[in-house]
Amino acid sequence: MSDRRPTSSDWAGVRLHIVSGKGGTGKTTVAAALAMALATEGSRVLLVEVEARQGISQTFDVPQLGEEERRVARGLHGGEVVGLSVDAKAALMEYLQMFYKLGRAGGMLERFGVVDFATTIAPGVRDVLLIGKVYEAVGRREGKRRGGDRTYDAVVLDAPPTGRIGRFLNVNHEVAGLAKVGPVRQQADSITRLLQSPQTVVHLVTLLEEMPVQETIDAAAELERIGMRVGAIIVNQERQPLLSPQAVATLREDPDGTTLLEKDLGSAGLRVGPVLTGGLVQTGLDLGDRLELEAQERAEIARLERPTYHLPLLRDGLDAGGLRELADALAGQGICANQDESEGTAG
Amino acid sequence: MTAVTHEVDVLDVDTLIESSATRTIVCCGSGGVGKTTTAAAVAVRAAEAGRTVAVLTIDPARRLAQALGLEEMGNEPVPVPTVDRSAGGSLDAMMLDMKRTFDEVVLNHAAPDKAQQILANPFYQAVSSSFAGTQEYMAMERLGQLMAERVDGRPRWDLIVVDTPPSRSALDFLDAPKRLGSFLDGRFIRLLTAPAKVGGRAYLKVVSVGVGAVSGAMAKVLGAQFLADVQTFVAALDTMFGGFRERAEQTFALLQNPGTAFLVVATPERDALREASYFVDRLAEEGMPLAGLVVNRVQMTYVPSLSAARAVAAAESLDDEPSRSGWSPADSAALLRLHADIAEQSVRHAAAVGRFTASHPDIAQVQVPSAAHDVNDVEELRQIGESLTGA
Repeated sequence: MSDRRPTSSDWAGVRLHIVSGKGGTGKTTVAAALAMALATEGSRVLLVEVEARQGISQTFDVPQLGEEERRVARGLHGGEVVGLSVDAKAALMEYLQMFYKLGRAGGMLERFGVVDFATTIAPGVRDVLLIGKVYEAVGRREGKRRGGDRTYDAVVLDAPPTGRIGRFLNVNHEVAGLAKVGPVRQQADSITRLLQSPQTVVHLVTLLEEMPVQETIDAAAELERIGMRVGAIIVNQERQPLLSPQAVATLREDPDGTTLLEKDLGSAGLRVGPVLTGGLVQTGLDLGDRLELEAQERAEIARLERPTYHLPLLRDGLDAGGLRELADALAGQGICANQDESEGTAG
Repeated sequence: MTAVTHEVDVLDVDTLIESSATRTIVCCGSGGVGKTTTAAAVAVRAAEAGRTVAVLTIDPARRLAQALGLEEMGNEPVPVPTVDRSAGGSLDAMMLDMKRTFDEVVLNHAAPDKAQQILANPFYQAVSSSFAGTQEYMAMERLGQLMAERVDGRPRWDLIVVDTPPSRSALDFLDAPKRLGSFLDGRFIRLLTAPAKVGGRAYLKVVSVGVGAVSGAMAKVLGAQFLADVQTFVAALDTMFGGFRERAEQTFALLQNPGTAFLVVATPERDALREASYFVDRLAEEGMPLAGLVVNRVQMTYVPSLSAARAVAAAESLDDEPSRSGWSPADSAALLRLHADIAEQSVRHAAAVGRFTASHPDIAQVQVPSAAHDVNDVEELRQIGESLTGA
C-alpha cells in the first residue's frame, strides 16, 4: 500500500496550518520550512510558537523573538516570513488591556499572583490565551477598516507535541464546566469555530519509527474526534536506501559468501581483512533490518489516507541552506497551491 | 562496534546497581531521548543482579510494555515475568496514572465528606487530569509512596527506578512540584480562600481596596461560576495543603539524599544535549546527586579505521568496473557509501557529545549505540543494560 500523493488543491482555502508531531521528530524545523514554502511572491506568512522555546529564532539563527512580530526570513519566492513567540502572560495582559482597560489593576493582578494563576494553573485558560493570539493574527486586517487587506496570507503554528495537541486545541472542552459564561468562554467559542472550519488543518510530522508513527496515528484519531481536520502527514528525515533490495537479499542469503566483495575492495585499493569485510556486510544487514521496519511504518502511515510529504535527512543539520532545501521539497511536492500552479505554467 | 572516545570518566551503571546504598535512580532528560527505555534497561539489569526493584514508567511505548511482559501495566506494581530471578532479585513495573494518584492523595488526606466534595468539583477534575505540572507532581508523589511502602517493616523495594514525564523541559520535573507548592501557598489562593473561611464578602471590606478590584477582574474574565468553583475547591483542599507541601518537600529532600542517582539522558543532538547541560547544572545547584550522562542512539561504525572520505574514494574507483551477475562492483560501492554515511554521522555525533564534554569535563558519560529498531523484548533491554556499563 503506498501513501497518498498530495495534490495542489489539498490546502486551497487553508489559512491556519497547525504543525504537531512527537518530540524529536523536527516539528519546529518542518513548521519553519512550511512557512518558507508558503511565503510566495508578495505574501506574508506568520510563524508562531507558543511554548517559549525560542525554536524559531534558533532555526532561523536570528536574535530571540519577543512579543513583537518580526521578519525572520525571506520566503522561497520573494514573500516574507514573520516570527512571533507568544507568551501566555503577555497575552493575558494584552487581552485584559484590550477588553477592560485595566490600567493600574493590571499591575495589581500581577502582584497578587493572578497572572501566574491564570497562565500556569487554571486549566485551559493558558491554552485559550495562546491560541487566542493565533486566532487574532489569522483574522487581523490592515488598517482600522474591516475591509482592509489581511495582514497575513497564512499563519503557521508550531504547536505542542502530539501527546498534548488534542488537549491544546480542544479549548472549548477545557474551559467548559469551568467558565460557563464570560469573555474567556466567548473567546473559546470563536476559536473553536475557526479551528473546526475548512480554514484550519493540523499537519503531523513523523519519522519512520515505531513511536512517532504510533503517536501520529493516535493524534489523527484524537483530532478527528474533537472535530479538527488532519492535514498532511510529513515524513521527516527520510534516508535514501543506498543498497538495492537485491543486494540486501544476497547478503542475507549468504553473509559469508564475500569472495566477490573482497575482490572489489582489493581492487579499490583497500586492505582487505575480516574487520573490513565483516563490518561492511553487517552494515548492509543492519540497513536491511531498518528498511524492513520502515516499510512497516510506511504501511501504517498509508492507512491514514492523508496527503503525505517526504523530507530528506539533512546531512549537515540546518546549516548550509538546509531549511531552504526542506522548503523546496515541500513546495516541489505541492504543499503550496500557488507555487504548484506557477511551476505548471512555467514548465 | 567502536565509538569515538573522549577523555572523560565512563559512567558504569553496574557500580550504581551493585552499591546497596543506591536506593533511587531517576532518568531525566528532554522528550524523545529514550528515558523510558533507559529506565527499563537499568531496572532489568539491577533485578538480574539480585536487587529487588520497582520501575515507575510514565508513558511506555506499547512494545516496551510488551517487552517487559506487561500487556496491562497500571498504577499498581506488577511483577515482570520475563526477568531472570536466579540471582535472587525481582522486578515490579508500573505506569503512572496521574488522576488515580491524585485521587488517592485526596482520599488519604481529607475527611471522607470533604474528599467526596473535592473529587466532585469540576475544577479539581480539570486540575487532576490536565493541569500543566500535575504529571510531574504526581510522579514525585508516586515515588514518595513507593519509597514508603513496607513489607515486614522493611522497604518493599531496595531500588526504585523512575522515568520522568515527557516535559518540554527536563527541568519541569524539579520545578513543577515547587510551583504547585508555592501556588498553593500564594497570596491569590489566600485571597480566594479568605472570603470562604470567614463566610462571605464582608471580609473583603477590611482588606485593601485592591482585593475587590482583583476579584472583580477575575470574575469578569473567567465568569463568576468559575471563581465560585475555585473557591470551593481551594477551601476544600485547604485542609490538606500542609500535607501536600510537606510531602513534596520530603520527596524533594529524598532526591537530594546520596542514595539517589540521577541519570541525565540525551541523544547526540544539539537540542537534547543543550537540555542535558541545563539539567546537569541545575542538579549541581540543587545539590542533587548526579551519576552521569547517558547518550542514547549514538551512531557507531563496525569499521572505525575506514574514514568516510577513504570509503567514498574507494567506491568511486569501483564505479567504472564492469557489472557482474549476482554481487556486482556497484553493490560493493554501495556498501562503501553506506559505511561512509554512517562514519560521517558518527563523527557528527562525536562532535556534538564533544561540545557537551568541553563544557562539562567532569561529568561521567556512557554511550548507547543506535539500534536498527525499537526494543522488542527483554533480551534487547539486557543488551542496552550491557552498553550502560560502558563495556
